[in-house]
Amino acid sequence: MAAVVLRELRKSYGDVEVIHGVSCAIADGELIVVVGPSGCGKSTLLRMVAGLEDITSGEIAIGGRVVNRVEPKDRDIAMVFQNYALYPHMSVFDNMAYGLKIRGLAKAAIAERVNRAAAILQLEKLLDRKPRQLSGGQRQRVAMGRAIVRDPQVFLFDEPLSNLDAKLRVQMRVEIKKLQQTLGTTSIYVTHDQVEAMTLADRLIVMNGGVAEQIGPPIALYERPETVFVGGFIGSPAMNFVPGRTAETGAVVLEGGALLRGPAAPPGRAVTVGLRPEHLAIDGASPIALAVDLVEMLGADTIIHGHIGGRGPGLLARLPGTVAVKAGETVPLTIAPEHVHLFDAATGKRLPPP
Amino acid sequence: MRRSVDWPTHAILLLGVALFAFPIYIALVASTFDTGTIGRGDLPLWPGTHLIENYVAAWFSGGGRASPGAVSTMLLNSFVMAAVIAIGKIAISILSAYAVVFFAFPLRMVFFWMIFVTLMLPVEVRIIPTYEVASSLGLVNSYAGLTIPLIASATATLLFRQFFLTIPDELVEAAKIDGAGPLRFFFDTVLPLSRTNLAALFVILFIYGWNQYLWPLLVTTDSAYETMVVGVSKMIGTGDAYNDWNTIMAAAVLTMLPPVAVVVLMQRWFVKGLVESEK
Repeated sequence: MAAVVLRELRKSYGDVEVIHGVSCAIADGELIVVVGPSGCGKSTLLRMVAGLEDITSGEIAIGGRVVNRVEPKDRDIAMVFQNYALYPHMSVFDNMAYGLKIRGLAKAAIAERVNRAAAILQLEKLLDRKPRQLSGGQRQRVAMGRAIVRDPQVFLFDEPLSNLDAKLRVQMRVEIKKLQQTLGTTSIYVTHDQVEAMTLADRLIVMNGGVAEQIGPPIALYERPETVFVGGFIGSPAMNFVPGRTAETGAVVLEGGALLRGPAAPPGRAVTVGLRPEHLAIDGASPIALAVDLVEMLGADTIIHGHIGGRGPGLLARLPGTVAVKAGETVPLTIAPEHVHLFDAATGKRLPPP
Repeated sequence: MRRSVDWPTHAILLLGVALFAFPIYIALVASTFDTGTIGRGDLPLWPGTHLIENYVAAWFSGGGRASPGAVSTMLLNSFVMAAVIAIGKIAISILSAYAVVFFAFPLRMVFFWMIFVTLMLPVEVRIIPTYEVASSLGLVNSYAGLTIPLIASATATLLFRQFFLTIPDELVEAAKIDGAGPLRFFFDTVLPLSRTNLAALFVILFIYGWNQYLWPLLVTTDSAYETMVVGVSKMIGTGDAYNDWNTIMAAAVLTMLPPVAVVVLMQRWFVKGLVESEK
């Protein structure tokens, strides 16, 4: 087990730079999730840690050792691939044992390690099967078993659950989390699914366009997104963004005329106002008049789609329980000042307090 | 499974089988009579009684009067030639395909296209220069001369390349992380995964080698290196020469047996590989 340090990592293909200087210190035993839309560079980042991609500039250190020029096999890592990448012609046992065999471990030691990993992953009865005789979830387990038997310093997961169906994904997600906590191995986990990211991560790296937009614990990112992108990416349904302008200290005017109390900010600035749907509430004397277009009743929640003042920007509100609202009506909505997020309209960055 | 038999379909199939099998049957029948019966031109449809003596004669002294040698020698020569060509072609082409697909080296595509372009030159076009080179190297009248010039194979290289391209990159990467070097990856993963292709190619290439006619005709003058296919054609005298068709037919039937044996033996592998389709 070891800490992993990324220093100003950059990656270019020819003249095109795809990773623009990512830095992050990952603590020993931490599970860090790299999340972002497809093409944001998250897989490339992971592959650089694995040694499958060259590093254009910057540095990767695993357990204090710079590994830029170290072969993947000598980095003491194990990787779980999206399509499992099991050897199709080998049994489950041989798939897990292969790496150990190459490392020249004794037969008995290999068998012991494989059997222990199989017990953890409940694969004991499947050891003689070929991968094609296994279900998707079982193959996923074998792929993890192959990583576990190596007892590496770092686990790398490259979207390991995205080939599974929704139900199995939730189940495997819990298993991965438990497993990682039991083994305490430093792990880097790449996914595009923000729910998976939120539930698994000790800390999140949100990537967009080759840049780490924000790094921090999931709740911190939810409560205090540093950029419009992070605000929109973390949370479901996504955060509402409404153009507006800051008025005198503590107030913000939304496009469409609604006046909200918000955090302290310099007045007269053009801002993007971020409002989470679940933070909006109905209040008779409230400032936002939402003309309702559509109501979705989910039982636990009611989701209201509408436009501010009828013709203003669109807004989505998630209200707890069942709310008796119909399309065509107007509902008064309010939001607590601490839940109003102000971002610079030009840069998309959170406005610093004055 | 349907119980009722579809008679018309079966009839057509049987007719097709008969059409293809009949000449072979006639050859078989012809190899069971004495010289005189066939010489008179009234070949019966039922086998005669000279089967064993005809085959023994062909095996030990050759078919017909003009035979360049005993069938046993020629069969051995042909077998060596076909086997060496098949194995050599597979070995060379699987390695070159492996290099072209899995290694990034300068001018990789240039080399690939160079291999590809040789497909467009038929053997006959380059047979004179090939002979010139073979004879300068002293390969005339040797097994090396019979086989080496025919071993390079663009077709097999292309075939393996197409197959290797279907091996997912992630499998290569998993092997890298597991610590398997290029050689290990080749022997532990690529070769086992290719076994269906290997079996199919071996059958095709063995028959290709067995049926070689022009090249062995050119490169061998010593009857010790005569191959079966060339030998059979030499047994048949030209002009008004009187042919011992019974032993010639026995030799011809013997010529067919090794390729048939290879197909039958390898087919089991082949079908097994197809049934165990794996991804």
